[in-house]
Amino acid sequence: MLHLDLDAFFAAVEQRDKPSLRGKPVVVGGTGWRGVVATASYEARAFGIGSAMPTMEARRRCPNAAFLAGRFSAYRRVSEQVMALAHELSPLVEPVSLDEAYVDLGPTHPGLDAAGVSALAEGFRARVRATTGLTVSVGAGPSKLVAKIASDLRKPDALVVVPADEQRDLLAPLPVRRIPGVGAVTGERLARFGIRTVADLAAADEAELVRMFGKAHGSGLRAYARGIDPRPVVPERDAKSVSAEETFAVDLTDRRELVERARRLVDRVAVRLATGGVSGRTVTIKLRRYDFTTLNRSRTLPQPTASPREIAQAATALLETLDVADGVRLLGVGVSGLTEYTQQDLLAELDEPAAPGEEPGAEPGGAESGGAEPGGAEPGGAEPGGILPQGSTAPYGPPAPARSGWSPGQDVTHDEHGPGWVQGSGVGRVTVRFEGPRTPVGRIRTFRDDDPALHPAGPPVW
Amino acid sequence: MKLQVERDVLAEAVAWAARALPSRPPVPVLAGVLLEADAQGTVTLSSFDYEVSARVEVPARVDEPGRALVSGRLLADISRSLPARPVELVTEGTKVTLSCGASRFNLLTMPVEEYPSLPAMPSGSGTLPGDTFTEAVAQVTIAASRDETLPILTGVRMEIEGNRLTLMATDRYRLAMRELEWQPDAPETSAIALVRARTLSEVARSMGATGSITMALGQGGADLIGFEAGGRHATSLLVDGEYPKVRALFPAESPIHAVVERAPLMEAVKRVALVAERNTPVRLRFEDGVLALEAGQGEDAQASESLDATLTGESISIAFNPQFLLDGLGALSTTYARLSFTQATRPAVLTGQREAEGDDDESYRYLLMPVRLAT
Repeated sequence: MLHLDLDAFFAAVEQRDKPSLRGKPVVVGGTGWRGVVATASYEARAFGIGSAMPTMEARRRCPNAAFLAGRFSAYRRVSEQVMALAHELSPLVEPVSLDEAYVDLGPTHPGLDAAGVSALAEGFRARVRATTGLTVSVGAGPSKLVAKIASDLRKPDALVVVPADEQRDLLAPLPVRRIPGVGAVTGERLARFGIRTVADLAAADEAELVRMFGKAHGSGLRAYARGIDPRPVVPERDAKSVSAEETFAVDLTDRRELVERARRLVDRVAVRLATGGVSGRTVTIKLRRYDFTTLNRSRTLPQPTASPREIAQAATALLETLDVADGVRLLGVGVSGLTEYTQQDLLAELDEPAAPGEEPGAEPGGAESGGAEPGGAEPGGAEPGGILPQGSTAPYGPPAPARSGWSPGQDVTHDEHGPGWVQGSGVGRVTVRFEGPRTPVGRIRTFRDDDPALHPAGPPVW
Repeated sequence: MKLQVERDVLAEAVAWAARALPSRPPVPVLAGVLLEADAQGTVTLSSFDYEVSARVEVPARVDEPGRALVSGRLLADISRSLPARPVELVTEGTKVTLSCGASRFNLLTMPVEEYPSLPAMPSGSGTLPGDTFTEAVAQVTIAASRDETLPILTGVRMEIEGNRLTLMATDRYRLAMRELEWQPDAPETSAIALVRARTLSEVARSMGATGSITMALGQGGADLIGFEAGGRHATSLLVDGEYPKVRALFPAESPIHAVVERAPLMEAVKRVALVAERNTPVRLRFEDGVLALEAGQGEDAQASESLDATLTGESISIAFNPQFLLDGLGALSTTYARLSFTQATRPAVLTGQREAEGDDDESYRYLLMPVRLAT
């Protein structure tokens, strides 16, 4: 069993595509007033910045870091390349997210020893590096649990192989929080009973654990602690539905924040659909309120889709119908009605960087705009010369989402200066650095933000 | 009001006006058709649902000018069923009496003063032949979305640049684009409009038989489009929102193209698609001289067929939703169809071609996104 985990994935892709950011702290996430960090580069982690930290806090800790809004189409492209390489190892690939997957080598490489696994995994790591320019950490072990722990052990750019007879020694000293299903609450309760390490948990009385956590959870925890993890690798092809969900540390009430979270969940679902080569017709959202009431809403599309854009559209429309004002604990997005063919989305080709619900980016490193949410105030608006009225009531339904401006990190191309990326924007100007993954550090230039020569572009080719 | 009108004239006029009647009127008067008779011998029938308006003028013998608002649905049903005799309409108090031969109807009227005034036709217009317009609208509306959750895609995008008129529609799986000429009143006319495909089809169908259609697009901030032909007028609000920049979707060049006889290809697609369950694709393999079609796989029913094709470039395998492919082929009127490709995963372009050897006609292009099969 292998666990693949791309190192500081979003940030690494940014550093790969933007030579000026290499070796510098980079933070990818919500750049707005209330956004949170999705990924921080290792340079940024040195300042104590980590995932899920509010972006404001990250800015305070490292004002000089590059704060980027994220380019999911670029991440998806890389993710698909990596998942395709994983499929060369075995058909049993279970992607967990854009940057993480389990691979079961059992069917293709039966009876492989530790040295064989090492050779195979190193070959894979080299191919990932050659194809994408990124480093991937790989953990190998007899179960998903051990493989995942192993991949994290010597990150970044590491391979750790744990043979079956060494897993006990590996697991024993680890804190219980490393066991899947042990979060903050469970961890604290265990600590009150003196259970702090995996070894403590493995030695705990099963009846006691069942009394504390219930039958399934209690005995499950103890089994994990003893290295017993029966979870198989489930490739998406065999699944009936694909879904992802997230429990929030603090109940969320801000609809925009929820939309952003939903889009990230959609991205996870979409990459799993893509790697499974499947698509689905029914999009479902699951929403658990502060009082644990759980609502499910679904919508069936005219054609099966694997397009993150289409799934996101359906998911955000479903989210619109639900009241979130009292607080949301958990949000999930799923796609079901899976088929093995996909009517591809023509409009996905346009690769619009400004998807619905995305807020116009604040300028990285620049002054915060005093919390004035710029959501409604769209720059540009209808095309010049058009006869589409701006701000007239839409006769056929909700108005089209406001087109956002330039977001930090966005790929652009300029008629005269060629390809580059948006370093910052605001007060009617946009600053672009003209460089690409294979160029030296590029120069920056500033334009009016409605410069007709400046266009959004797709991700650069590595 | 007192007037006499030919039965066919009335029936046609009412049918046209009733087109714009809302099925669930937000206010009762909108369920009505407004009849206005003037001393010059013209009867005007109008309907409006705040989005689409329809108005038609027909000649009549007007004895007493006047106005009346009656249920449009009822008037349409009645006038359709009348014998072929002159029809007399007379207002008597709060009723309209309709007599035709031995038939007599008393219709309730609604208060005329509560009826909203119809929007004026926008200024800035031009004309084009009715049949060309009807053909063009039919060619693009097939690609418009019927999914109301994304209103923009239920529209047809119209772009006017001088005497060039471009119509475009996409439901995100295919994109149809037709370019044609029209005669604008002002040579430097430049305008963009997004019109609901359903409205546009109805207008084109019912006005296309007349020789020439006048189309009016306001300048600047107008939010209306108007059509006029043979005494019939229609206006529609435009769909609001920014249309995706779909022109960029057409590939700059296509290294591969195949030319196939259109009618036999459509027949073959229909046949093999019989085994394709809902939404499953037909697979096309183009090799030198031959196009092989297949549908169904694995344990399901399967079908295959092959026909002659001229291929330029490398051989290619590609899969499409059969209905989408048929829609595109059906929108052409030429003997041959040209299918142009870049790769099996990239959109293909369908154009018409008169002769096996020759150039294709790029005035109509149908861009079709393939279906990706799991490998």
